[in-house]
Order: sequence, then C-alpha cells, then structure tokens
Amino acid sequence: MSRLERTFETLRRRGRPGLVTFTTAGDPDLERSAAILRALDRAGADVLEVGVPFSDPLADGPVIQRASERALRAGATLARVLDLVAAVRPDISAGIVLFSYANPIVRMGTTPFVERAASAGVDGVLVLDLPIEEADRFRDRTIEAGIDPIFLLSPTTTDARIRRAAELGRGFLYGISRLGVTGARDAIATGAEALVARIRSATDLPIALGFGISRPEHVAEVGRWADAAVVGSALIEVIARAAPDRVLDDVERYVRWLRGESGATAPSATMPATAGER
Amino acid sequence: MTVPDFGRRDPDERGYFGEYGGRFVPETLVAPVEELEQAYRQAREDPAFSADLEALLRHYVGRPTPVYEATRLRAALEAEAGPEGVARIFLKREDLAHTGAHKINNALGQALLAVRMGKRRVVAETGAGQHGVATATACALLGLDCEVYMGADDMRRQALNVYRMRLLGATVSQVDAGSRTLKDAINEAMRDWVTNVQDTYYLLGSVLGPHPYPLMVREFQSVIGREARTQMDELVGRMPDAVVACVGGGSNALGIFDGFVDDANVALIGVEAGGEALVAGRHAARFATGVAGVLQGTRSYLLQDLDGNIEPTHSVSAGLDYAAVGPEHAWLRDLGRARYASASDDEALAAFRLLARTEGILPALESAHAVSHACRVARELGRDRILVVNLSGRGDKDVDAIRARETVEG
Repeated sequence: MSRLERTFETLRRRGRPGLVTFTTAGDPDLERSAAILRALDRAGADVLEVGVPFSDPLADGPVIQRASERALRAGATLARVLDLVAAVRPDISAGIVLFSYANPIVRMGTTPFVERAASAGVDGVLVLDLPIEEADRFRDRTIEAGIDPIFLLSPTTTDARIRRAAELGRGFLYGISRLGVTGARDAIATGAEALVARIRSATDLPIALGFGISRPEHVAEVGRWADAAVVGSALIEVIARAAPDRVLDDVERYVRWLRGESGATAPSATMPATAGER
Repeated sequence: MTVPDFGRRDPDERGYFGEYGGRFVPETLVAPVEELEQAYRQAREDPAFSADLEALLRHYVGRPTPVYEATRLRAALEAEAGPEGVARIFLKREDLAHTGAHKINNALGQALLAVRMGKRRVVAETGAGQHGVATATACALLGLDCEVYMGADDMRRQALNVYRMRLLGATVSQVDAGSRTLKDAINEAMRDWVTNVQDTYYLLGSVLGPHPYPLMVREFQSVIGREARTQMDELVGRMPDAVVACVGGGSNALGIFDGFVDDANVALIGVEAGGEALVAGRHAARFATGVAGVLQGTRSYLLQDLDGNIEPTHSVSAGLDYAAVGPEHAWLRDLGRARYASASDDEALAAFRLLARTEGILPALESAHAVSHACRVARELGRDRILVVNLSGRGDKDVDAIRARETVEG
C-alpha cells in the first residue's frame, strides 16, 4: 500500500477530513521552501503538493504565477525541486505529490524523471497539462517506479472520463471545484458537491477537492463530502505577506487554523477571504 | 529519400502529425476541445457552412487575392546577379485581403463556427495585432462580443492595431506577464477560456494549440494555396519551383503550402525570425536551435532551456516573435517535405525597403522576412525558374516602428 493510500485510509478510519497544501517549490527560495515544507508537516498537513515552477503556467491564476516567477528567479528547476524533496523527505511524514506542467518533465525525459522522483521519495505526480489521453506511457512508468499517478477532474469532465481516470489513477483523485484558473474565493462553488458525488458513484478512490479554498469553514464544508481539501493560493499569499522572520510561524498557525485546531487563530498576514485566487 | 504520400494530411485521431501535435490541455478544457472538434468536423462536411464562408471570402474579404509578378524587384536583383540570373518572383497578395492580412480567412471561418456553436463571446490572442484586428472585424460583422489579449510590449510596438481593434468594438486587454508578447497573450486567452468556457469561443489565430486548432486553422487558410495553384497555372502554365512564406506559428505558410504539398517538385520553404543573432533570447528561429517539447496544448519544436522553461524570443516583427511553431511544420520538416531558413531583423528591414522602392508595396515586417529569403532563393534558382512568395500582410502597421528605429539609428 502506498503512503498516499495509507494516509487516506487513516483519515477515513478517523472520520476526519484531510488537509492538502500546495506550495510552489523554490518560493521564496529553495532553502526557505524546504523549511516551509517541514513547517506544513509539523502543523499537521496530510499531503504536501509541491509545485514545480514553470515559465508558462497557463492553468494558474495570478498568485501562483507570481510564486512561479519568484521561484524561477531564485533558481528553482525540476532537478533542484527533486533534490529539495530528497532533502526534506526524511523529516516529513506527510505524503509528497509533485505538481508540474508537462514540459519540464518532457525535457528531462520520462524515464530519468520517474527514477529521480522515486529515489527522492515522491509519492505521487500530477501533470496539469497531461490529460489521460496523453498520459498512458507516463502513467505506466510512474506506477512501475512506485509513484501514484494523480488525475485531475473538473466540472466539465464527462462521467466516462471520470471512470477512466478512476481506473488509471492511484492514491487519490483531485477534483477542482469550479471552472477557471487556481485561486481563492469567498465561497466554495456550488457545483463542487455535485462533482464529488459524480466521482463517488464511479470509484472508491479518495477525493481531494481544490480551487478557491482559504478558510477553516471552507475546509470543514468540503470535508463533509470529499476526503480532503486543498489549499494553495491562500497559503502562498500567507508566505508572500509574512515578515521574513515570521514565515514559518505564520505557515504553521495558518495550517493549524485551517484544520480547526482548538485555540488556533489566523496569522496576521492571512489575506481576507476576497476574490484573490488553488 | 522516399517522398511520402500526403493525401489530405489530416492528423491522426488524437491530433498528431507524426509525433507532433496532440492535446495537452488542463482537464477543464478537454471537454470543450472535444466539443469544438465535433462541431468543426460537422461544419466541414456541411455544404451550407462552406457556402456561407465562401460568400464572405468573395464579397467581404475580396478573394481571390491577386498573384502579381514582381518584375522590378527581380530587375533590381538581376543588376547584382551573376550569369545564372535570378528566378521570376510572384507575390501572392494576401496584403490586399480585407483588414490587410491573411488572418481574416481563419477569423471568419472560426467566427462562423462560434455562431454555429451558439457561443456569444469570443476571446483571442494577438501578437502583431493582425489576428486581433481580423477577429474584432469578424465579431463586428457577426454581432459577437470580442476580447483580445495582447502583450504589453506588442501593444507598444503595434499601437495602431490596438486602436483599430477598439474602433471595431473589441476590448483589448493588456498582458503584463512573462515576456509580454504573443506567448503570454495565448496563456491569458486560455485562462479566460478555461474560466468562461460555457459561453466563450477561443478563436486561436495560428496553426498552434491543442487539436483540432492546427488542422482547423490550416484548412481555413488553405484557400491561399488553392487560389495560388490555379493562378500560377493561368499565369505561367506550370507549378512554381519554390514557395516561400514566413513562419511565426505558421498559418500563412501552411495555407499556401497546402496547395502544393502534393507536388514533390515544388520546394516548400518557411522563413523564421533570425532576430539579432541566433543566440538564446535574441531570435525566434525554432528550427535553428529549438528542441521538441510541449507548450500551450501541443507538442512541437520549442525554444527552451535545459530545464524545460521557455526561452525569451526576439524579433523586429511581433507576429514572428514566438517560442513555438505549429506541429505540422515540425512534421513536414522531419519528413524533409519542407525546409526552414531564417532572416535577421536587418535583412527583413532591407527587404521591406527594397520592395517598397521597387514595387510600391509596403509588406508587413513578418512578410518582409519571406521576401528577404525569397530574394536569396531567387538568386540560387537562377533564370527560368519561378518562385511564389506569400505576401501575408501589409506593412502600414509597422511604419511607426520603422520610423522610430530610423530615428534611433540616425
């Protein structure tokens, strides 16, 4: 059983919704990015999605675009992100899922990529612009290497493709709550629950739901129907707004607040829940 | 090598031309591009759709555009040529199409498709502004809402076209991300599409992006090649020895190549932007230094670094200033059916001036790249040979930029 499968099995057994975090690797730089991943784990995040920065992040809204730009300026590349994962892996109990656009992986080559990712301790890989129709060979290689291929499902995904993704995917499925690019919103999109219901009727695979989640009440709401909620852009805003010596504290406080830990409060740098931006 | 049998040259079911093309889109766009493909295939088989488009091309665009023999351009080249002489040069005058470039052929085709699909809003990207103007024009004509994304640098370089689009009722949205050129405008148009996919049609301007765009745009532009073939037959009674066209994404080139691709004896030559030098960040000649990769929905040659990030590009012409090339071009090049060269900024500017003074035609700076290389090919081919250049657009939009450059250069 893979680490991701164990994580979600434990969550289901305890009847607790999971929290999945997304940060861009190398934002604000590789060293602090490593410390942030450790802080997220300490604060109780169940799965850490680690974004590989890319020059042309066309599925992302402004917050993650800016994070990608900062990370690229700080010298983050796919190879260095894999080194980063290898460095933090021994200190982290959460599952680690690499989030990437296709081209950095294509450039490295599928075989070298999966070998390096497996030896770095990556548990799952999601490639944003590699839909199931293009993913066959890549999916087989990742499974051979012991890495779970994660597929993304959207409100526009047909039931037939949901079934196909459920057959091909491992670990969990990533549902996006609404159309559009990544980013926080005031409220969870009304179609999100319907999407989760459609996925549930096709598979027992765990479902993490993302896009637009920034507050504990969002996490709790999503947790009523999905297995986990994904917080990305709002977390990246916390990192971007924190005073340099407060970043790790703010990240920990934010995650504990999102998880509804008793006594946890929002860090001062938390953005208000406005239409900003995964 | 053996010459492959091209036939209709449609990509395979998954949208691949050989190993190039495909459909590398975020999940939300999978269903919309499938819907688009289905709608396009139905429209393609529907005589009523073709009749509507043909009527617009004839009565509104002014097709067929003429083919004109540039005898004074040739004479100027002859003056410096050796005993072998210079080939006859014919210009396919897409610059005379309504709105001043070939882009209108595709914009009208897709705008009709948008109407057929019941979409009321159109988004588009533009580099030089020609596709943006063509799209704004088609939307005005068909009563569609239109939003055009354009890089901040391109808005500065092509200020006149920005104003033209606004006059036509389009919203022009400035893109400040990345290199602030065509690539970034495409990213932003795709973000808009993915957000508003239910009522919005994405009118992509070149043979790029996920399947079916490379096929569909080529088919809407293939009218150029069909006409040119007939016209050359009428004018000289034979096929040309070479066809030359500039290649940004590559839609005007595939449009004219399409008429001749089955004739193995007609050389097909694409001309990329050589920029200032063939050094990373200073050109847009994908076939000179690029490597295959995936960008904006399709697999093709890309200017990218060792880590798979897209390199900045440069060209004096905004329409050629792009890091990827249409997948069918990559396939034609690998097969050896088409070959690709580049012309530098300075060479394109020199060709612009030469054509202006010898023929009284101001070509778009994009097309000036084709003219520049065509002059080289005409010398190589020598007397008694014939070549056709696709003069893809007119240069009025570039006059300000050229004047500004002359002021700087003194």
